[in-house]
Amino acid sequence: MPIIVEKLTHKYMPNTDNEFVAVQDISLTIDDGEFFGIIGHTGSGKSTFIQHLNGLMQPTSGSVTVDGFDMSDKKQRVRGRALVGMVFQYPDYQLFDSTVLDDVSFGPKNMGLDAEEARQRSLEAMRMVGLEPEHFAEKSPFELSGGEKRRAALAGIIAMRPKYLVLDEPMAGLDPSGRREILATIDSLREELKCTVIMVSHSMEDVARAAGRIAVMNDGRLYAVGTPDEIFSKTKELISMGLDAPQTARLAQELRERGFDVPQDIYTNERFVKWLRGRVKHA
Amino acid sequence: MLKDITLGQYVPGDSTLHRLDPRVKILLMIAYIVAVFLVKRIEVFPIVIIFTVAVTLLSRVRLSYLAKALKPMKLLLPLMFLMNLFFIKTGELIFKWWIIEVYKDGLINAVFIVLRLATLVAGTSLLTLTTTPIALTDGIEKLLSPLKIIKFPAHELAMMMTIALRFIPTLVEEADKIMKAQLARGADFESGNVIKRAKAMIPILIPLFVNSFRRADELAMAMESRCYHGGEGRTKMRVYSFKTIDLIAVIVMALLIAAVVLLNKYMPAVW
Repeated sequence: MPIIVEKLTHKYMPNTDNEFVAVQDISLTIDDGEFFGIIGHTGSGKSTFIQHLNGLMQPTSGSVTVDGFDMSDKKQRVRGRALVGMVFQYPDYQLFDSTVLDDVSFGPKNMGLDAEEARQRSLEAMRMVGLEPEHFAEKSPFELSGGEKRRAALAGIIAMRPKYLVLDEPMAGLDPSGRREILATIDSLREELKCTVIMVSHSMEDVARAAGRIAVMNDGRLYAVGTPDEIFSKTKELISMGLDAPQTARLAQELRERGFDVPQDIYTNERFVKWLRGRVKHA
Repeated sequence: MLKDITLGQYVPGDSTLHRLDPRVKILLMIAYIVAVFLVKRIEVFPIVIIFTVAVTLLSRVRLSYLAKALKPMKLLLPLMFLMNLFFIKTGELIFKWWIIEVYKDGLINAVFIVLRLATLVAGTSLLTLTTTPIALTDGIEKLLSPLKIIKFPAHELAMMMTIALRFIPTLVEEADKIMKAQLARGADFESGNVIKRAKAMIPILIPLFVNSFRRADELAMAMESRCYHGGEGRTKMRVYSFKTIDLIAVIVMALLIAAVVLLNKYMPAVW
C-alpha cells in the first residue's frame, strides 16, 4: 500500500506574529517500490515535508496515510512509524552508544526484539551498508570517518527493516567518491530489501541518476511531480527558481540558447555523449 | 517540539529607555531595587508604582510582555499573600469566620509583600526588555572593569556570557533534531518511571555533548585564528558615552529615592 499525502499544510507557530507556513497544500502519492526524489532549495519545506511521513511532525491541516495508518492518530502513528525508516542528514545527531554494533541495535531493541535477534539484524544491516562487522562492530562510532558514520546511521535504520526508507540529504558534505558509494549502497539496498526509497537532495545529478519520479518543491508548495524526463525538460524554470539543474542539463540549455538543436531529454552525461557522438558522425 | 521556546526577552524599539547607556541602565536598576526596598510604609508605595508605570509607558513595551515576565510569579505571589494574611496575628482583628482570622497587620503586610515583589520583577524586567543581550554584557564588562586591578577577568566573563547567550538557540535547535533522530529509531521518552525516563535521555545527551565540545573546539580555533587574545588592548565597535538623557535618568532616579526616604519619615499615617 502506498503513502498518501492529502492537502498537507504545516505552519510553524500558528496564530502568532511569527507564523510561518513551511509546507502548503501538498497532495501526492508515493507508490510501493518507487525511488522517489524530492528536490528544492534550502527553505523550500522539503525537510518539514518528510518529517510528516513518519509522524515526527503533525500537519496543521491535511492528512498523511502510510499503508492505511492515519499518522495523525496517536495509536496508528506508532504502527505507521515502524514502517517508515528515517535517516537524517547528520549522523552526529544519532550516534551515541559505545560501539557501532550497540548503536545499530538501538532501533531493533526499541522495537521490542530480543537481544539475539536484534544482534543478528544489526550485523546483517552493517554488512548491507558495507561496514564489515569483523572490523567495525566493536569500534566506537565516534572514531569513524564521515562516510562511515553515515553508513552506521543508515545501518541503524535498515536494521529496523522499514518498508519505506526516507533519506534527508544522505550525501551532503561527502566527497564525490563518498557520494557515489552511498548512492550505490542505497541502490543495492533497494534491490535487496525491496523497499520504497524517498530521497531528499539538492544535488540534481544524484537525483537525476537514481530517482524514478521527482517532486520539485518551491516556497513550501509542490511545484511539479514527474519522471526525470519531464522535470529536467524544464531546466529553464528550475534555474529561475534558484535550483540547480544537473550540469549536463545546463550545458544543453546553454547550447540551445546558442542555436544548437539539443533534445529536451538530455540531462545525463551518458545521453549527452550519445547525442554528441551522433552529431559528430553526421558532420 | 522545543522550537517554540522563546529565549531572551529583548523587544526591539527606539524609546528613551532603549537609548540609555547600558552601564547607566544597569546601575539604575540596582538603584531601583534599593528604592523599592527603602519603602517602609505602605502609604509610600503609590509613588513607586507610579514611577514603575511611568517608566513602562516610556519604554513603549507592550504590557503583554511585562505580564509574561510576571507569569512565573503566578504561584509565588498568591502564596506569599495568603501566608502573610493568615499567619501574622498582630493588630486589630478585622475578619473572623470559622477558624479563619485576619488581622490588620497581616492584611497590610500581605499587600505590601505582593506589591514589593511585583514592582521588583516588573521594573527589573524592563532592563532586559529594552537592552540587547550584547549591550547588556558590554555594560557588565565596563562596570566590572575597575576590578581588573585585582586581576578580576571582566572581559573574559563578559565574553563567556556573550558566547553562552549566542549558543542557547543553537543548542535548543540541535537538541530538537537529535530528539527527532532518536524518535525515528523508536526511542520512547514519555513512558516508564523516573529511572527509565532518565535513561532514555542518554541517547539525546551524548550526541548533544559530543557536538557541543566539537563546536567549542572549532569556535576557539576560529577565534584564535583571528588573533583573539583576551581583552587587553581590545577596542569596541560600539562606544558608549554618557549623554544628556543618561544624566536626566540618573537625576530622576535620585529624586525617586529622595522622595521615598522623605515620605517614609514625614508622610502622615493613614492607618
